[in-house]
Amino acid sequence: MYKYDQYDQQMVDTRVAEFRDQVRRRLGGQLTEEQFRPLRLQNGLYLQLHAYMLRVAVPYGTLNSAQMTALGDIADKYDRGYGHFTTRQNIQYNWIKLEETPDILADLAAIEMHAIQTSGNCIRNISSDQFAGAAADEVVDPRPYAELLRQWSSFHPEFLVLPRKFKFAVIASETDRAAMKLHDIGIKMVKNAAGEVGAQFYVGGGMGRTPMIAPMIREFVPLDQLITYAEACLRVYNRYGRRDNKYKARIKILVHELGKEEYTRQVEEEFAHLLGQDIEPPIAELERIKTHFTDPAFEVGAPDDLDLTDPDFRLWVERNCHTHKQPGYSVATVSLKPVGGIPGDASADQIRLMAQLAKDYSLDELRVTHAQNIVFPHVRKADLYTVWKALDEAELSTANLDTVGDIIACPGLDYCSLANARSIPLAQKISQAFGSAEKQSELGELKLKISGCINACGHHHAGHIGVLGVDRKGVENYQLLLGGSEGADTSLGQITGRGFDEDGVVEAIETATQVYLSNKQGEERFLDTYRRIGMAPFKEAIYG
Amino acid sequence: MVDVQFRFRNDEAVNDPAVTVDSFGEQSNASAVRIEPGDDARKLLPFLGRLKLIEVNFPAWTDGRGYSSARVLREAGFEGELRAVGDVVIDMLSHLRRCGIDSFAPDHALNEADAKAAFDRWENVYQAAADGRDAIWRKRHG
Repeated sequence: MYKYDQYDQQMVDTRVAEFRDQVRRRLGGQLTEEQFRPLRLQNGLYLQLHAYMLRVAVPYGTLNSAQMTALGDIADKYDRGYGHFTTRQNIQYNWIKLEETPDILADLAAIEMHAIQTSGNCIRNISSDQFAGAAADEVVDPRPYAELLRQWSSFHPEFLVLPRKFKFAVIASETDRAAMKLHDIGIKMVKNAAGEVGAQFYVGGGMGRTPMIAPMIREFVPLDQLITYAEACLRVYNRYGRRDNKYKARIKILVHELGKEEYTRQVEEEFAHLLGQDIEPPIAELERIKTHFTDPAFEVGAPDDLDLTDPDFRLWVERNCHTHKQPGYSVATVSLKPVGGIPGDASADQIRLMAQLAKDYSLDELRVTHAQNIVFPHVRKADLYTVWKALDEAELSTANLDTVGDIIACPGLDYCSLANARSIPLAQKISQAFGSAEKQSELGELKLKISGCINACGHHHAGHIGVLGVDRKGVENYQLLLGGSEGADTSLGQITGRGFDEDGVVEAIETATQVYLSNKQGEERFLDTYRRIGMAPFKEAIYG
Repeated sequence: MVDVQFRFRNDEAVNDPAVTVDSFGEQSNASAVRIEPGDDARKLLPFLGRLKLIEVNFPAWTDGRGYSSARVLREAGFEGELRAVGDVVIDMLSHLRRCGIDSFAPDHALNEADAKAAFDRWENVYQAAADGRDAIWRKRHG
């Protein structure tokens, strides 16, 4: 895991001092709320319906146990004993006092964490594959490249007031676990014919009210030009991205309006110019960062045997554990989606327990996933039962990964000032309706995602089943989408037709799953069946 | 005419009136020009030799196009005065400096102590930009 040196530490300490000064000027009246707003946002501080919300960055979703423990302590000390893990691998606290935020940032800096650029019209926290460094199918560990980009994008003087927010994801496997093509820039680390590692650039993806899948604009950027190429992409956007309409300001609109070829041509021209400006960190810097991501001390020859006689344990292993690259180890995902719970929420005690388990059984590492779950990346199979037992006692052993119960949902109208409809109560209702182990196992992989407004924080476009909350003449109304996906086979869901009230949409989902079950062939997932038979049978069954 | 509140140059301040980018081409004797957010700074590159002052206007500080304009001009070798004008606020100062701005004429005068703290805030920086400062990676590796 990356460890700060004196420079990194000084940067976050300086940010704490800067933000403390900004809060002082706000509380002293030198800054109006309007002037303060963009400044606090660049520190992840939102003013929501009832209180301030602070979003803390978890760079590329990787944490150690000391950091996780501290996140639990912050939930107790400054919030109401809860933290909420987000779809961008971050954590947010919903009940924050403005006066206390500088102290929270200082607590975070002490454990090499921060809230830098977790909101605002700037380059946000870089996300990545939650199985990085453990996945059996990765070309390289993507995190050193994400860390290089983290440093480059932190306080980048030219790109702090972009037309709109800007999100990067970096992956290095064929299996895309980070929704890479739905980011402003998605980077896939690849090897070329000569066996050299380089970066494939996908630019202009995103969700929101105009969902788009990012086209590839460069097949291979050599590692000694990575930052320069990213800088060229950003400069063209900063200069020419639309600023007349915030709903058309994301880079996807620029790429779409210029056309992929013209945007690419402009980037290549800027890139050729920037290559002469000496802005690229030396390869030695990448090598330095890589030394922080070498394999942890795996036990050689750890046994692969697993006693699966306990049926509940067996179900959890089947659902929530993945193949590790190291024999004798497993990647275990802790679902933060208990039946009837709030997706992504964990209590301070649960957070500290997961920290302790990671320390004892996962070589001190945890990951946050974009599906709002927590991963123990390196668990010896011999310890898996012990880990599961401890999770079970803390109500963290739900075996529903990637099933209909593993719902992604935004905070919705319960917290968010942008939302049109509530997401959480609907997620809870669906989770209860489909919560039984039998139902989940019958339906298999089924990704359900709920957004409470068109901004799509709940990724509804990318759900096998998506739900979008809208406001219809002052009444909450839910539209249903089918056929979205965020993986290597990224696709955008299609709206079934007119919307429903809360109970109506649960009923419509039930109907859609019935259509799937009666049409399913062989091992088909819901998504496969939908793709084969199309929207018509679903529509007919739902609207009659 | 705007009041320059901060200046990081030793030469004489330039007081020539700044013309617009559009009219600049026709006024072959103009030595000062003002760039608006929508202007392409690269249109000025053939004329950098005779320009003493380029003003970069920020009608609203949340429109960041001027940062790119400033850097583009410095990267092309412009050595004259590069002045930020308009809605220039405390929290932009150090970043504007990094992009090559070396004088500041805010619409509303800034608190001197707060501005000084902002200019001095960042002892180290993560990127190479237009101010010639060594990025942290250069300090790490020489």
